[in-house]
Amino acid sequence: MLAYVLRRLFGAIPTLFVIITLSFFLMRIAPGGPFDRERALEAKVLENLNRVFHLDRPLWEQYLYYLGNLARGDLGPSFIYRDFSVQQLLGSGLPISIQLGASALLLALLIGSVLGTIAALRQNSWIDYGVTAVATFGITVPNFVVAPLLSLIFGVWLSLLPAGGWGNGGPANMLLPVITLALPQVAIIARLIRGSMIEALRSDHVRTARAYGLPARMVVIVHAMRAACLPVVSYLGPAAAALLTGSVVVETIFGLPGIGRYFVQGALNRDYTLVMGTVIIIAVFVVVFNLIVDLLYAALDPRVRYD
Amino acid sequence: MTDIATNTPELAAGTAVKGRSLWATALMRLRRNKAAMVSLLILILYIFAGISGPMLSPHHYATVYPEYVRVPASLEAYPRAEEIIPQAESVLTRTRLQIDAIEVNGNTLHVEASSEREIDPRMTRYLERSDIFSNVRIVETSGDSRSVVMEADVERLRFLFGTDANGRDLLARILVSIRISLMIGALATGVALIIGVAWGATAGFLGGRVDNVMMRVVDVLYALPFTFFAILLVVFFGRNVVLMFVAVGAVEWLDMARIVRGQTISLRRREFVQAAEALGVSSGGILRRHIIPNTLGPVIIYMTLLIPKVILLESFLSFLGLGVQEPLTSLGVLISEGARNMRSAPYMLIYPSIALTLLLFSLNFLGDGLRDALDPRDR
Amino acid sequence: MLKSAGIRPLMAGALVMAGVFFGASTALAQVTYIRGNDANPETLDQHKTSTIAEANILRDLYEGLVIYSAKAEVIPGVAESWETSDDGLVWTFKLRDANWSNGDPVTAEDFVFSYQRILNPETGAKYANMLYVIKNGEKVNKGELEPGELGVRAVDDKTLEITLENPTPYFLQLLTHQTSYPVHKASVEEHGSDFVKPENMVTNGPYKLVSFVPNDKVVLEKNPEFREADKVSIDRVEFVPFEERATCVRRFEAGEVLSCSDLPAEQLQSLKERLGEQVHVVPYLGTYYYALNNKRDDLKDPRVRQALSMMVDREFIANEIWSGAMLPAYTFVPPGIGNYEGGGPKVEWADLDPLDKEDQAIALMKEAGYSPDNPLELEISYSAGENHKNTATAIADMWKPLGVNVTFNVRDGSAHYSHLRDSDDYEVARAGWIGDFSDPVNFLQLWESDNTGFNYSKYENPEYDKLMDQAAAESDLAKREEILRQAEALLVEDAAVISMLYYSSMSLVSPKLKGWEDNIQNAHATRWMSISE
Repeated sequence: MLAYVLRRLFGAIPTLFVIITLSFFLMRIAPGGPFDRERALEAKVLENLNRVFHLDRPLWEQYLYYLGNLARGDLGPSFIYRDFSVQQLLGSGLPISIQLGASALLLALLIGSVLGTIAALRQNSWIDYGVTAVATFGITVPNFVVAPLLSLIFGVWLSLLPAGGWGNGGPANMLLPVITLALPQVAIIARLIRGSMIEALRSDHVRTARAYGLPARMVVIVHAMRAACLPVVSYLGPAAAALLTGSVVVETIFGLPGIGRYFVQGALNRDYTLVMGTVIIIAVFVVVFNLIVDLLYAALDPRVRYD
Repeated sequence: MTDIATNTPELAAGTAVKGRSLWATALMRLRRNKAAMVSLLILILYIFAGISGPMLSPHHYATVYPEYVRVPASLEAYPRAEEIIPQAESVLTRTRLQIDAIEVNGNTLHVEASSEREIDPRMTRYLERSDIFSNVRIVETSGDSRSVVMEADVERLRFLFGTDANGRDLLARILVSIRISLMIGALATGVALIIGVAWGATAGFLGGRVDNVMMRVVDVLYALPFTFFAILLVVFFGRNVVLMFVAVGAVEWLDMARIVRGQTISLRRREFVQAAEALGVSSGGILRRHIIPNTLGPVIIYMTLLIPKVILLESFLSFLGLGVQEPLTSLGVLISEGARNMRSAPYMLIYPSIALTLLLFSLNFLGDGLRDALDPRDR
Repeated sequence: MLKSAGIRPLMAGALVMAGVFFGASTALAQVTYIRGNDANPETLDQHKTSTIAEANILRDLYEGLVIYSAKAEVIPGVAESWETSDDGLVWTFKLRDANWSNGDPVTAEDFVFSYQRILNPETGAKYANMLYVIKNGEKVNKGELEPGELGVRAVDDKTLEITLENPTPYFLQLLTHQTSYPVHKASVEEHGSDFVKPENMVTNGPYKLVSFVPNDKVVLEKNPEFREADKVSIDRVEFVPFEERATCVRRFEAGEVLSCSDLPAEQLQSLKERLGEQVHVVPYLGTYYYALNNKRDDLKDPRVRQALSMMVDREFIANEIWSGAMLPAYTFVPPGIGNYEGGGPKVEWADLDPLDKEDQAIALMKEAGYSPDNPLELEISYSAGENHKNTATAIADMWKPLGVNVTFNVRDGSAHYSHLRDSDDYEVARAGWIGDFSDPVNFLQLWESDNTGFNYSKYENPEYDKLMDQAAAESDLAKREEILRQAEALLVEDAAVISMLYYSSMSLVSPKLKGWEDNIQNAHATRWMSISE
């Protein structure tokens, strides 16, 4: 088991290397540079800046330089946020994104599985249709519509919650962003649970359990739930990686200092090092969560084994 | 639906006897699924709206009506009856004429005007230029050309869904945006389909080292942040919406390849494939004839889910201001524009949102229906 | 409240605000101003700065030789008085007794060190060129001379002498810019570029830095060592960055911020209806324009450029597309700018009747060989952004009667501006210019033929260049103004650029916030303000 985990993690190093190389060169061949803004810079000034940031060197040299720093654990200085290194920026933003993403994930799991189970147990009833419809609705409305609407309703009109801002992570500040993030996930999880729960309820071991006269609720919770978890787990891997690394829309609209914004700000402002930093973080999250999914799979489904 | 499931064994047996294909059975099952059928109908309507809607709509999607910027949605025609005379007066002030009488009879505007100087007949162009009046004619000119009587037809325009920030009819914009959004979805999905199926089937069929390498590539691409890729694609191909979504499709095929590979591996072990191999059919032939057609079920299901994903991706890019270029538009562009005008012109958000929600709803329900129909184990 | 950083309030944003409002009546309470800012500051190093968001914060942290009053008039800052030599080249500033936040006195040497630092090529200062007017400034920045040879000298601790390249009537204006603020020499020498960290930063302005978390907020607290600390009424300022302007509006309406520094233009009308007097729309030193690539075959003909410019209905764009957030412009230099009291040249066709204007424009195009039967194909390039898109769409429609078919090319900001700088294949391109200092030269120098990185129209007129050189050498303000006006008249005559709109600054200001004076610089130092119930 431990050997398996280690093998997987070592196996990810070439993957990361390819991703870093690919992103580095893709980013660099994109037109425009970090200092091309609405306010143009004097040619001489630009030259000085390029020299300060080593942009006057040949691309391969910059690449080697970047790799060298990376090997020493240095992600480089940010081109745009000049008072900070990329580590500092990501170090302060990542915990916030994780906090938001994890809360959203938990909320979505909780509500999603309850809704999905109810729908599955009352298959083809109005409750079922209602849940499916509401769940689908959650996926169809873009979050850049949901976020300002929630902020407007609860922040401005009802004055129940802050309309935006991080406020050191107070629960009141987190509520609306978390709901916005959770909404589409609730929808997907509810649908997944419903589908696999229906299948599980019809499967032999659940029928057997019922035939033994176990109480219906027990059957559902213990047997069906366990089987129904599998597709959710495999969905949650990539979803968790995406959620925990922040959402630019939610962070921008609610004004939260997570890393989702750095990713997009960095890409649009050609803040090369910042983008590379976020790319690496996201890639690591994807790799790690894929591994976690596989391990969970083994734990949940005795038929799957790793050695 | 319960009855479908319990009938499955009989149906399957019947299939064998009557030689009914998997597809015919699936179609039959699909027909019994009301939600999926309604979705299919809506989808067909959308496709029809996308293809012919822009032609049927009374306004062209790019026509600008400078006098009707951000007018709210209304069943009533613009200008409202009480607005015609003030509008005419405001237009006529530019002619510096003295207006002696002005009235509206039905759809005709009647103006008597005079001036201390000779009146230049060109001044009718002021009225003509406005969106409201057309066919301006001088009915009568006095001998000294210092007073005129003119008439003009009042153009009554209907903007059922209101107009946008440039004064373009929102209904026409929504119709053309449906066309573009569907095209984007179909295009990207089509590209993903071709690459994903070819990649997955080849990897699964050849197996061994080739499979390892090919799936390793998929793993690597999987860990590459997609948003980053999408933003870069816009930067590279932003000017050309077709190219751009071909490119989106070219990175969205990963799941498809995984699904098809899994299917292929299990199909390989089936008797008919082994029989074909024994008969000496080439690998390519087996892939084309036997493997790919048999993977289509899950592939189609996945497609109905990928189209909404691509449409939502496009709307995310629109939120970043990197959407489809003018004068074309997409549902995503309209909604992000609407979200910005949420409070001053809510109709600019509501109608495109309804259009998007309905479209995504029907794609999702159709996908569910197809899954039930094609995969008898489910439900 | 909130004295120690150890207290972690549950709902900091909302509760702190509420606490401030309800608690301010007691003498002990700290007064906090939560202030919406345009965007994140990219740096708090006054020598690397380039954005307005940074200017707003640095203005509270530092004090230059001269500063802006609440009404943005230039008033003495660290310098209590100054003299100029007869030729206008040598300026001698007498510094007053002022302290840094750590108690050190502010000396002339601090200024010498600062100006050498910004012009040192190794600093990588984005706005180093602001100080090219100082003798040898450009050469130092180019690395041709050592920083020590810059024309700045500390005569003694309290006397600073600055020598200029040319007589520069707007020199005092330049000194109000954040690039001219001093740094504390000792701490920069000790911490290097980390002197901007809250634990290291030493300031000489009314406030000092408490914390800076990008995308969250920058917190400042009153600097007790400031020379006029007793006159500063707000104890604490929190600058909250808003990339999404609508977010600031919502938080303003929810009472979470006391002012917003920019507003979404598309909401301006409804905001005015809802919030009335709290909406401030004030003329600003900025021009929104379309550069016409003079080097392109189809735009080489001034008649074509003239016709294109004439057909742009500025009133429509200003009032409908921008909802009154912009003002119609016919000349490049915005009104209200310093040293240009007589305003820009007359544009003859500006007041023409719209129909005559259209007839003339069509005739010009006909002469140039274009008509709806023989249309001119033009591409408008613009950077991503809602109103840029709507503006381009409206203009394409206005050009139709001329027989101009427009296609669009939108890029993200970085790609757009690098394209304008590095390539010459664009035709019509959107750009904007926000004045760095209040003098027409700051606008007109864009169109000098050797100003390649800025002259997006690739306008080349030797006569124009000559006039600009003359103006630079002229020390008589009235004559200089006249020369500049002639230059701008050339710009109009050649239709080198379509000056389309003048920017306005748009703010939301709560009635609780006193002392906010509208001004063309949009400079509002917190020290002039107070908060009341």
